[in-house]
Amino acid sequence: MAEQKTVATTGNLVVAEAFRQCKPDVVAAYPITPQTTIVEEFAKFVAQGRVHAEYVTVESEHSAMSASIGASAAGARVMTATASQGLALMWEELHIASGMRLPIVMANANRALSAPINIHCDHGDAMGARDAGWVMLFAETAQEAYDNTIISVRVAEDPEVLLPTMTCLDGFITTHSIDRIDLLDDETVTGFVGEYEPVNALLDTDNPVTHGSFAGLGGPYFEFKKSQRNAIDRSKTVIERVGAEFSEISGRPFGLVETAMMDDADVAIVIIGSSAGNARHVARELRAEGMKAGVVKVRCFRPFPAAEVAAAIKGCKAVAVLDRSESFGAEGGPLYLEVRSALYDLETRVPVVNYIYGLGGADVRLELMHQVYNDLSDIASGSALPGKMVYLGAR
Amino acid sequence: MKWDISKIDSWKAEEFPLGAAIPEAGNSRDYRTGGWRSERPTLDRDTCTACLTCWIDCPDTSIRVADEKLAEDWLDLDHCKGCGICANECPVEAITMVPEGCELPGVK
Repeated sequence: MAEQKTVATTGNLVVAEAFRQCKPDVVAAYPITPQTTIVEEFAKFVAQGRVHAEYVTVESEHSAMSASIGASAAGARVMTATASQGLALMWEELHIASGMRLPIVMANANRALSAPINIHCDHGDAMGARDAGWVMLFAETAQEAYDNTIISVRVAEDPEVLLPTMTCLDGFITTHSIDRIDLLDDETVTGFVGEYEPVNALLDTDNPVTHGSFAGLGGPYFEFKKSQRNAIDRSKTVIERVGAEFSEISGRPFGLVETAMMDDADVAIVIIGSSAGNARHVARELRAEGMKAGVVKVRCFRPFPAAEVAAAIKGCKAVAVLDRSESFGAEGGPLYLEVRSALYDLETRVPVVNYIYGLGGADVRLELMHQVYNDLSDIASGSALPGKMVYLGAR
Repeated sequence: MKWDISKIDSWKAEEFPLGAAIPEAGNSRDYRTGGWRSERPTLDRDTCTACLTCWIDCPDTSIRVADEKLAEDWLDLDHCKGCGICANECPVEAITMVPEGCELPGVK
């Protein structure tokens, strides 16, 4: 295990630190709350000469991702960061980055989408991009945001993957709160991520290539999408392998799915991001009162670890999926849809209910977690039937 | 080595270059865009002053030059898309666009 320095700082500042340690060649970014301090801090590192990167100040996120795509196609290691409306403005480029198989690493400070305007946390921004072909990791804590960022560089650039990767951290809760974080030293991180060896780099003038060509009119567009699907499917084992390797040097666990108290759980909450801690806290309290409560935290959303989620909850009598984003008009939130689908092939049917919580930073109080576990307990005992989607704590 | 795409129609998904890149330079000449043409430029050699404005302005490098004037086979019909820039830019109106197929019987 590598020597580490314990610091008290924010999620955004350690993401910037991870960026610096991963030595990107190019960072093109536009500031947006609550991502701003990531790119501010990184710009400072560039100004101080602490990282030798080209920092491109652009006029919008549309340009930030366009510049990132150009730089990545040229053969550079590229990192960027955004949030909310910024991610939404990047939408068309997100698909271009993945279609061109460019291993850009982007931090996303999860924030609600307008309207009404709101700067606080929910996962609606990232979930809106869930079909864009990016690998997507979600952090519960600032520590995980730091770890996920470093892991993402290796995953994105792996020859078996070569896909852009988004590392999400909860706006304000994780991006701005002071947390206790262990940082690896520069040499360890730089050694871990290694040198980037680009494929089809435009600046490799000995091997000229064309990027962005046309594949329509009966051309192989369909086949390109199939190979993209194969790549994101392959990324699952790469994420596990890189995560395990990172665990060895960091001493911290990494799982696509991370479970707590699930071995004998009757009732469980499936959740993403910072609120997983609230769920675990309440589950522990309820365990003391005799309820067999557990928590399943999904750390990797794309590719979705369906088999792992199903294995974790297959013995439960009732499961609640907590979504911090909407999928308006669908049967439930994005995580709920994935979890329900993951359970379909099980021999025994596990009742699953959906709660939408914390949109636009709505407080995720412990009593709300109590309410969920109490509902699950009623379903598990047969005294209540699984109901429709609940807006948890909404008036 | 020339990138061999002769069997591209039977390639499997994983046989294509990563991210739809084309791993070879200069292969646009293999892509015959002449089929897009609905009008073809015709040249009046008596009027042409060999200023070569058309050669400079052609976006598809489809105008051929020999001995500092337009060559005998002056037009590369495999690649000329019939955009008409040459006719528009010619300072002496030596190039006229005529509809493709007009020389065929029964086609107006």
